[in-house]
Amino acid sequence: MPFNLLVLSCLLYVVLLFAVAFLVERRAARGRLGWLRSPLVYTLSLSIYCTAWTFYGAVGYAARSGLEFLTIYFGPTLVFIGWWWLLRKLVRIGRQHHVTSIADLISSRYGKSNGLGVIVTVIMVVAATPYIALQLQSVVLAFGVFAATEPGGSRPLDPGQIAVWVAVGLALFTILFGTRNLDAREQHHGIVTAIAVEAVVKLVALLAVGSFVVWGIAGGIADVIARIDAADLAAWQVQPGRWTGLIFLSAAAVICLPRMFQVMVVENEDEGHLARASWAFPLYLMAMSLFIVPIAVVGLERLPEGANPDMFVLTLPLAEGQGALAMFAFLGGFSSATSMVIVESIALATMISNHVMIPLWLRLRPKAGAGDDLRQVVLMARRIAIGAVLALGYAYYHVSGGSAALAAIGLIAFLGVAQVLPAMIGGIFWRGATRTGAILGLVTGFVVWAYTSFLPSFGPGAALSAQVFAEGAFGLSWLRPHALFGTEAMDPMIHALFWSLTLNTIAFCIGSLLTFPGPVERLQGAAFVNVFEGSVGPQRWARGQVEPEALLTMAQRILGEDAALALFQEAARAQGKDGFLPDPTPAFLDGLESRLSGSVGAATAHAMISQLVGRATVTVEDLMAVASESAQLLEYSARLEAREAELTRTAGALREANEKLTQLSLQKDAFLSQISHELRTPMTSIRAFSEILTEGDLPPETVVRYGQIIHDEAKRLTRLLDDLLDLSVLENGTVQLNVGLASLQGMIDTALTAARATRPEREFLVIRDLPSEAIYLKTDADRLTQVFINLISNARKYCDAPRPELRIVVRQRGGRVTVDFIDNGKGIPKDAQRLIFEKFARLTDANRAGGAGLGLAICREIMTNLGGSVAYLPGQGGAAFRVTVPLRLEAQAA
Amino acid sequence: MTRRPKQPLFLARAPYRRRRLRDAARLLPVLGLFLLLLPLLWAPDSRMALESGDVIYFFVVWLGLVLLAAAFAPGLRGGEGAEEDED
Repeated sequence: MPFNLLVLSCLLYVVLLFAVAFLVERRAARGRLGWLRSPLVYTLSLSIYCTAWTFYGAVGYAARSGLEFLTIYFGPTLVFIGWWWLLRKLVRIGRQHHVTSIADLISSRYGKSNGLGVIVTVIMVVAATPYIALQLQSVVLAFGVFAATEPGGSRPLDPGQIAVWVAVGLALFTILFGTRNLDAREQHHGIVTAIAVEAVVKLVALLAVGSFVVWGIAGGIADVIARIDAADLAAWQVQPGRWTGLIFLSAAAVICLPRMFQVMVVENEDEGHLARASWAFPLYLMAMSLFIVPIAVVGLERLPEGANPDMFVLTLPLAEGQGALAMFAFLGGFSSATSMVIVESIALATMISNHVMIPLWLRLRPKAGAGDDLRQVVLMARRIAIGAVLALGYAYYHVSGGSAALAAIGLIAFLGVAQVLPAMIGGIFWRGATRTGAILGLVTGFVVWAYTSFLPSFGPGAALSAQVFAEGAFGLSWLRPHALFGTEAMDPMIHALFWSLTLNTIAFCIGSLLTFPGPVERLQGAAFVNVFEGSVGPQRWARGQVEPEALLTMAQRILGEDAALALFQEAARAQGKDGFLPDPTPAFLDGLESRLSGSVGAATAHAMISQLVGRATVTVEDLMAVASESAQLLEYSARLEAREAELTRTAGALREANEKLTQLSLQKDAFLSQISHELRTPMTSIRAFSEILTEGDLPPETVVRYGQIIHDEAKRLTRLLDDLLDLSVLENGTVQLNVGLASLQGMIDTALTAARATRPEREFLVIRDLPSEAIYLKTDADRLTQVFINLISNARKYCDAPRPELRIVVRQRGGRVTVDFIDNGKGIPKDAQRLIFEKFARLTDANRAGGAGLGLAICREIMTNLGGSVAYLPGQGGAAFRVTVPLRLEAQAA
Repeated sequence: MTRRPKQPLFLARAPYRRRRLRDAARLLPVLGLFLLLLPLLWAPDSRMALESGDVIYFFVVWLGLVLLAAAFAPGLRGGEGAEEDED
């Protein structure tokens, strides 16, 4: 395998990538992306999760620690198949708020605080630097493998030189395609497509090597399975702590890694793509891991003792004389490394320029050159940042000497970026999370991570002295980097994971609970947490005193002349104005800020606008006003509802009263005719008989008979008038009561005897319970007896059963006695029940009635005067009345 | 800040199915975690070397999760615009 051919193919491959990126950018510029915006490209671009660490390192990992390498892919698998929980929300927030990086997300959520952006940027850069160095190292190692097989045996290039060339080449590519334009939404179609191509290359390369190992070297799947069982591959012992911890860690990393955030959220074109990626990306990961174990097992078998297992993917085909396959594998590894470095450096450069360099620039030259094009400054800052990131990576590689195993560095980087997790998850699910909490958590997590994981990774005596390792910082044994608080038994990696994230989360929660967020922070918190509910809440800007011209100048500096003019013209038209200068309404300022934040980040955009508008942003009072406004609305509508219910109730009562009145009026009319009839009948007979008597000449017995009739009729008249008089006395409450002690049983006896005069021909069966009637009441016995007589007479009159019965039930409850009179007739119809106690009321079949319909009315008035009541008792199988009297009538009731 | 307008308490058949599909999508990672942590309960002392059965188990579980996620994804994407009633 000639070494020069290798270099040449490498260069050709890079040219291919350039061409792909270039063509796509051109099509994007013409707005014809078509299938290039498909979910497939999105899914493939996500594959930058699989770096050279996967491509080379997974085999080494498997050779060293068995199946543990799978945990690195299980975490992302769980996160993606559970996209409905978290990723969906993350992508929605990213699109709605024009998030440009993970630092921008955090800073925007916590009140557009640039300080937070800087902290996240620092963490990300520190964590990513070794990771980038790792990629450079993998390329150098791969070159080394081929150089060693060179027939001449000499190394034409020294490793350092290769690393420099790779770093410079990558920087060039990234600058060329990553900073072509300052897009409103930080998207790079060319690069994303190139990444997708690289994803295919590395997958196919690994599958090719794997297939060769399974079917070329071993004799098929069954043979491989036998070999796996035969090999004593690294004492596969599941360590529960590491297994669980690493699944968690990789799940956290796939969300927090800057490059993953870049392709997953920032470069996302369409939320629907996420649904496809939710299963397609895990499938890709599975395909990548499919042949790792066979390659590791066969490699250990075939290759000499001491061969670097990290390079099995290359050395195995080479040892078998498959030069072309080895070169393909080399290209696969090369693409894994380059795609990761490209996207990582873009993501980091965006953070560095938006959160560090531009704010610094604006602070150093606040008003200088208001006309100059800030876009060039931003782009230049990006370019410098990309160069700086790659230079840092190279420096780390150079200093560390590229000796450490690949997997170890990868995990340390994972843990570093995972420190953002609490602030991020807390920020999008918990409105109570505050900036102070986030800062405390991030700083705590970063310090603990650096102390327990990052600095010790340089080895004893390098960053931390051997003494610190043995005795702890300041000689405090509970501060040993690998045994914080005396937890010696833990695996160092899990130890660092446990302590950094635990202390991070604790600091974050305590800080959030104890502090009070500012107004912008609260607004942003609500907007992030409730992102699916649509409304963002109140406007962020009060109506400012700013000249629209100044805003236009500023927008031109960032968006470019054409884009800014188009934006302003559109806004002016929306406000119904001609020209390019809309009024600086809160809504317009909001839209402008969101547009600018797509280019320079939320914090910077916010700062720039408030520089012009003044500090007239929203205050806590505004928030409260909005909240109380809506609360008042709610209260008002609740009050309206209550009032309406009350009105309905009143109307119902009125209707009922009206009905009663109408019916009573009818009754009264009926009564008048009745009473005149009642009065007239006796009067007529009295007149007629008295006329006959005055004519004389009658036999004496006839005179006696006629006189008797006149006398009876006069008595009837008197009785009727007595009743009317009695009723009016009772109603006026001027009745004189004779209160005394009397036996209830005696009263009922009297009443029964007296009532026998009514329709004496009917034989009633009276059912009584004598012992229960042995009660002495303090009341007006005559009046009460009158009520009893009336009720019993009514029963005798109206009960229509063939064998009439009357049941008298007496009960004593507390200070009251009830007496029920129940007959077995057909009772009183329901609609008549309400009227029977009214004066002059009489049921329709008046034929048998003897009175004028005053009896029950009198009863009711008597009972009221006696402090009790009389009521109709429905549902007793006949007409039933309940008389309730107090046991002791108080004297003043009279 | 402001409460959302009242949502219907009961749903027709199609939205009901869509909601349950979301529930299933939410539960899927829980199931996955359970299956992937299950090997921790296999007696660790008796097996000192890697066995092919372990490898096959993990890949079968993995494939199963992918297939389930693929089955859920289209339905979830379809219901997106119709009603936003999340969290």
